Amino acid sequence: MATEVKREPITREINSIIATDCGSTTTKAILIEKVDGVYRLINRGESPTTVEAPFEDVTAGVRNAVHELEELVGRSFLGPNGVVTPTQPDGSGVDIYLSTSSAGGGLQMMVAGVVKSMTAESAQRAALGAGAIVMDVISIDDGRKPHEKIERIRHLRPDMILVSGGIDGGTISHVVELGELISAAEPKPRLGIGFQLPIIFAGNRDARKFMLDILAKKVDLRVVDNLRPVLEMENLGPAREEIHNLFMEHVMAQAPGYNKLMQWTEVPIMPTPGAVGKIMQTAAIESKMNLIGVDIGGATTDVFSVFGDDHEYFNRTVSANLGMSYSICNVLLETGVANIMRWVPFDIEEADLRNRIRNKMIRPTTIPQTLQELVIEQACAREALRLSFIHHKSLATGLKGVQKQRDISEAFDQSGSGDTIIDLMNLGMIVGSGGVLSHAPRRQQSALMMLDSFQLEGFTELTVDSIFMTPQLGVLSEVHPRAAAEVFHRDCLIHLGTAIVPVGSAPKEGDPCITVTAKMPNGETLEKVIPFGSIAVIPLSEDEYADVDCRLAPQFDLGNGKGRNVHRDKVRGGVAGGIIIDARGRRPFLLPEDKPNRIRKLTEWFVSLDIYPMDILAKYMNQGNG
Amino acid sequence: MANAYTPGLKVTGASRIQKRRRLPILGEVLVNLGDVLTPEMPVAKAMIPGNPQTINISNALSCEAEDIELYMVKKQGDPVKKGEPIAVQKSFISAIFGDRFASKCESPVDGVLEHVSAVTGQAIVREPAMPIQVMAYINGTVSEILDREGVVIETSGAFIQGIFGVGGERDGILKVVVDSGEEILTAEKIDASCEGKIIIGGSLMTGPAIRKAHEVGARGIVAGGVIDKDLVEYLGFDIGVAVTGHENIPITLIVTEGFGNIPMAHKTYDLLKSLDGMHASINGATQIRAGVMRPEIIVPDDSVVVQEGAVNDGEMEAGTLIRCIREPYFGQLAEVVDLPPELRVVETGARVRIMNIKLRNTGEVVTVPRANVELIEE
Repeated sequence: MATEVKREPITREINSIIATDCGSTTTKAILIEKVDGVYRLINRGESPTTVEAPFEDVTAGVRNAVHELEELVGRSFLGPNGVVTPTQPDGSGVDIYLSTSSAGGGLQMMVAGVVKSMTAESAQRAALGAGAIVMDVISIDDGRKPHEKIERIRHLRPDMILVSGGIDGGTISHVVELGELISAAEPKPRLGIGFQLPIIFAGNRDARKFMLDILAKKVDLRVVDNLRPVLEMENLGPAREEIHNLFMEHVMAQAPGYNKLMQWTEVPIMPTPGAVGKIMQTAAIESKMNLIGVDIGGATTDVFSVFGDDHEYFNRTVSANLGMSYSICNVLLETGVANIMRWVPFDIEEADLRNRIRNKMIRPTTIPQTLQELVIEQACAREALRLSFIHHKSLATGLKGVQKQRDISEAFDQSGSGDTIIDLMNLGMIVGSGGVLSHAPRRQQSALMMLDSFQLEGFTELTVDSIFMTPQLGVLSEVHPRAAAEVFHRDCLIHLGTAIVPVGSAPKEGDPCITVTAKMPNGETLEKVIPFGSIAVIPLSEDEYADVDCRLAPQFDLGNGKGRNVHRDKVRGGVAGGIIIDARGRRPFLLPEDKPNRIRKLTEWFVSLDIYPMDILAKYMNQGNG
Repeated sequence: MANAYTPGLKVTGASRIQKRRRLPILGEVLVNLGDVLTPEMPVAKAMIPGNPQTINISNALSCEAEDIELYMVKKQGDPVKKGEPIAVQKSFISAIFGDRFASKCESPVDGVLEHVSAVTGQAIVREPAMPIQVMAYINGTVSEILDREGVVIETSGAFIQGIFGVGGERDGILKVVVDSGEEILTAEKIDASCEGKIIIGGSLMTGPAIRKAHEVGARGIVAGGVIDKDLVEYLGFDIGVAVTGHENIPITLIVTEGFGNIPMAHKTYDLLKSLDGMHASINGATQIRAGVMRPEIIVPDDSVVVQEGAVNDGEMEAGTLIRCIREPYFGQLAEVVDLPPELRVVETGARVRIMNIKLRNTGEVVTVPRANVELIEE
């Protein structure tokens, strides 16, 4: 019987917290304590994850990471039965211990629905939002023949399948057809040989009895409320909750050492991406902004978005094969050498470039030592981020198949169109995470990578996660929202600056674009005239704000319409220089195609933002040109 | 950091090797504890349910889904032959002129009628179950039976890990065709005598060498490096993510150092040279993600003496031999000079843990991030 996953706010006094994230490669532990009445990050420890042979026990890695914390702060947290809770009279232990996990490949799911762009897409959103990697989407109209779908279901061995289909009272036969495909495939789970595969049915309630007849004997079938009860509405909560239940019950229970780890934690373990999504939603609500979060890892790139007046549109996508080590060759494959090289201001032989990227793939823990390698790696990152964002926009859409004639005021803003709900002009903040963004040698590099790959527009606060602790804060936010919020804002988010990006284009480089007048914190007024094709910075530190007036050339728009001026109070600065005014144009973006001009412009932008040490970069530029 | 080193790949002449051989689904174990096995012997088998074929009966008979049961001439569970009618709809014409004028729905395959649905109007005929087997893969002895799943096979001998490979499990006699780890494996060094052999090259397997080995029927090639373009051309497709081993190629390719022309480490070359003429099992499967899997070369030899606890734990100190695994010194061998504990700024501007090393070929002392070296055991 299912053990229901419940994470409820803790009401008792909490003064110290340890939270771990068991990633595919490393297990990260953070210690949070209340200091002068405020929750702060005290320290962090890290150790290789030990899910695989020879250890095959995730708790070994957790112990090592927490042990490192013990060494760093000079206190004891571990006992024979794991992390000691609550805090003991001698000062050892902490008040609460919690964990997230994506080790062992995370949560891998298949989803199915009747219509690809309707119920199947809703099922995909439910699974992604719960933190899963979606291995395939099966639908009646996906163009594949029944035997091909059956073959695919048999071959993939997911952790679970989410089946939707039909609004309540709608089609039964097509839903049953999905059930028959799955039954015929006799799918087996990835973990736990001999176990039945969990299948969640969240479709037409009238089809339930048929699905039970077909599937109950062959799989572990769970039935929850329809995730698309009517065309105009998604109801993803019950399906997501059941995914989390099954994640704990099946996936975690089968993974080595997790049964032990589950006993250590008072709060159920959460899938890492689910936890990151949770903190992104919380951050958007608290900051009253639309928000995009991105986590670029070695294997995958996750993109989260929270939009809407009430932040009601939460979407997560995972680009399973776009990453910076394990999947870096796939970035090259999908985007092509030319798209990577357009961000690089020097020449390199294609064969050399390909060998270097392959060597990064097979030795994923290495880091760039030369500036040449760093520039290439950041060029790959731009393309991985760009492709992941395109993927995200394609899935973060309004509900498709909805009649447009209905009363828009009572339904979603995105109603009926099926268009993406990502509106960059109304985006307030972007949060970057993952080694290439969090650990870039200069923060300006992270800022420019996000500007280039997301092609941001309007006013956007650029931030990065300092040490990738959003997963731990995500699970913490479910049981102690205040602690999570305080640490998130004080110790996790690093504000790089605010980007001001007019949308539009001019006939030629150097034409008028934008003039920004900023009333600085010291009372002075600073004016910058930024011509088309340039980037400029108004210096402003992380905790400073300026009121700005933007005067635009007629063909440029900053949210008020073309050529209309914009005033904005309290524009925040940051560690990447301050307020970054990007007048390089949008739709289209000005990046010359001919090599000399492209290199000239890249160099100019790098200098404007002080992206790289130019004396060293010149060495590689001269080598390439020589 | 708990671990500030990159453990090298395992390259050992005397190791106790265990291979877990498991079925993808529960089945039957075919061998007993203590049995002595050779690579081609099956150790476990299972029956994978046959392919299901869906047949849309209501479409074929132009009737409503709920009516198909009226026309079924076979019941669920009945065996059926290819071409045999499973549903027949008689009509006025067929009543006069015979059944050959009736609408029929025939089974597309031999099998069993598994399911008939009055909701979708479809039937499923399942083809006969297919047997699958797991082979021993290496010479060795069964040391553990995994109930209904497979076995653990144990042997002693040499165990060498590569850094990257393509192609699956194969076995054959090792044949060293170069005189040093620095020598390039060209097509000229491969001839008909390499048929069925695992060819050991030096620093690089060239594109023509791969094709020649393929032509003469070699089982595998092991070399220091390969040029990415040559590999892609041979495979006929580009490798996106680092999961390999299932390529449909008749030869397994393993590189021990990386992509490019990189001399094979002396220890690896010398060990392989000493094993020339011996029987080996190789697997190119590589997975660089959760649970890193590297390609392997296993050369069983009962005569070796395994020293327990001889595994290097990856710790480094002054004098330790290492290899640089990232530019600007990629592929170069060096000795550790010292390991300053504090973070240092490298050319990129990043503050990282570093080590000072003395390059073997020039004697120059340079600084590299600790993350960019791996241990070489010699």
